Amino acid sequence: MLKTNRLLLLIALLFAAGIILSACGSSNEDGSGEESGGETSDSGENQDGGGDSDFKVGMVTDVGGVDDKSFNQSAWEGLKAFGEENGLEEGKGYDYAQSESDADFMPNLNSLVKADYDLVFGIGFKLTDALNKVAGQNPDTHFALVDAVAEEDNIANITFKEHQGSFLVGVAAAMKTESDKVGFVGGENSELIKKFESGFRAGVASVNPDIEVDVQYAESFGAPDKGKVIASNMYNSGVDVIYHSSGATGNGVFAQAKDIKKNDPSKNVWVIGVDRDQYEEGAIGDDNVTLTSMVKRVDIAVQEVAAQSMNGEFPGGEILEFGLEDEGVSVAKTNEEAMTDEMVEEIDNWKQKIIDGEVEVPSTEEDLEAYLDSL
Amino acid sequence: MMFTNRMFNILVPVISVLLGLIAGAIIMASFGYNPLNGYQALWAGSFGDIYYFGETIRQVTPYIFTGLAVAFAFRSGLFNIGAEGQVIVGWLASVWVGAAFDAPMIIHLPLALLAAALAGAIWGFIPGLLKAKLGVHEVIITIMMNYIALHVSNALIRSVLSENQDSSDPIKESASLASNWLMEMTSYSRLHFGILIALFAAMIMWFLLEKTTAGFELRSVGFNQHASRYAGMNVGKNIILAMVISGAFAGLGGAMEGLGTFGYMPTHSAFTNLGFDGIAVALLGGNNAFGVVLAALLFGTLKIGALNMPTAADVPSELVEIVIALIIFFVASSYIIRWVLLRFKKEGK
Repeated sequence: MLKTNRLLLLIALLFAAGIILSACGSSNEDGSGEESGGETSDSGENQDGGGDSDFKVGMVTDVGGVDDKSFNQSAWEGLKAFGEENGLEEGKGYDYAQSESDADFMPNLNSLVKADYDLVFGIGFKLTDALNKVAGQNPDTHFALVDAVAEEDNIANITFKEHQGSFLVGVAAAMKTESDKVGFVGGENSELIKKFESGFRAGVASVNPDIEVDVQYAESFGAPDKGKVIASNMYNSGVDVIYHSSGATGNGVFAQAKDIKKNDPSKNVWVIGVDRDQYEEGAIGDDNVTLTSMVKRVDIAVQEVAAQSMNGEFPGGEILEFGLEDEGVSVAKTNEEAMTDEMVEEIDNWKQKIIDGEVEVPSTEEDLEAYLDSL
Repeated sequence: MMFTNRMFNILVPVISVLLGLIAGAIIMASFGYNPLNGYQALWAGSFGDIYYFGETIRQVTPYIFTGLAVAFAFRSGLFNIGAEGQVIVGWLASVWVGAAFDAPMIIHLPLALLAAALAGAIWGFIPGLLKAKLGVHEVIITIMMNYIALHVSNALIRSVLSENQDSSDPIKESASLASNWLMEMTSYSRLHFGILIALFAAMIMWFLLEKTTAGFELRSVGFNQHASRYAGMNVGKNIILAMVISGAFAGLGGAMEGLGTFGYMPTHSAFTNLGFDGIAVALLGGNNAFGVVLAALLFGTLKIGALNMPTAADVPSELVEIVIALIIFFVASSYIIRWVLLRFKKEGK
């Protein structure tokens, strides 16, 4: 008796749930109907809003998010600049989708494709597989991948010569260090981050081969806590300049350096930022712990590819490489106090040598060893 | 008569979900977002389109497994926080077997699934053994085991399963749960056959716990260890058994990701959260197989639908997470709901 009661109750509940859900569903079908109808009116709104194109461009972040003060943020800034330049409206003409984990890449990419975005950026090498699949299934949409090379013809591949920029900040680190010990904090141990590490170590060694470089990987681009622990250990062991190439994890490196500086302003601790000019991140009172930053102009690259795509010159299947010569990577000189004239001069010297091809900056572990041997 | 215990078990989760949604709406409204649009976007992003439907079911699949895993341990009086690590080792084992062997599908696929279950079971066995023999609290061991699983699997992916890449080699066709038919039907979502296995696993759990002697013993140990020992049951054996089965469920959840969704295993910089969400799923599902399936459905819906909320309704995804957290909060504070309901009942009389 009790059992049938339970069963009845369950059925009743299921029905109730069904009714509620279907109610939502029907109202929502209206909603989605409105939405699909709304899209045309959206583009109409866009036109009213002054934009003379209905070009839509979106980006999918990796797990760092658009406020990582680094890579994703730089890409989003580029997209925003592009949108403002072309009179697009945020959320309609240009937008981003944030990924909480690797599993979100595909749904995020697909939902932008479904919302009729003409160009979708995948920010970061982790999206390579997902982008390949989605691009294969949607041959009419344009895609762009930052930091890696994909296979499909409708994907533009944006890469940077990070090793060149890293080399130059390595020069800066080597000239700034007093303890002859510098540190490198990597995000994930991968081919890409190895480029940063190799360039940096080569740059340091080019100034003074006896400087010790402490290399550690946090195994995450989104773990400021780990960044802080690693930085704390490094600074304790006598390292006085840390170059981080670890996205949001690097915020922990900054936090640690600032903590030390706050307790003892006379202490010699420096951080070298990455991707964006991280000068603001290093400000503590009247001091600033950001020595310089290896600026990777993801924003410029994103803007450029978006503009090309809008003008019908989408570089699909091509590998675009942004380096020192086209300002795709550069060294920030915002901290004028820390960056002495001597350092700036030396950096410019090396920069010229790299651009002229006199110095071939190593981008892998093997090349690095060969380079170090040749010194 | 109206408010039986069973009734509570169903009413409490339903009310907590509703309260969570209402509280979420209030929060959205107070930050200047339209909650109606927000929830509409949530719905459209999870069921509004056959693609999203496919993705939702895909997300539900591992949730069912991790929910079952945690629920199973709960029923035996154990708190398995290690589902996360068991998912990871299961994922790793399934991908390993899936990539390393060549065999017809009828052998290869079950073998890969078995490997995942076995890996998860081993990962559950260790804390089970320590708890049974030495009385070490399973929560501490399982948390530690999560980290071991995460970092060992990352190292293995780099050194053994690939040549220093960020993800393992892809599995062979014959070990894959993915189906072109399902994918085409759902306009290329990653829906795979794992959902059938998940539903089957839920039935097995129900049968095992409710209809067998072993299940009776497990539940009995869960209710009262001392009484069970007095009644002549081997408590230690049951604790180990519960953790092993729980781990096997979670391991299979990992196989769903490895053999179904991804077809490979990427290195993880952080936990997948499948196992941790499984705790909430189990809690919401009242630690009952059928409830777990429903709760997993809800969580999958929230998770996938949430991705659409920033794009379609401009609600930041952080707020969506707050809504999910609120639902969990209300489930966890079911005591309050229970108390209110009882009050209500007394006054009604």
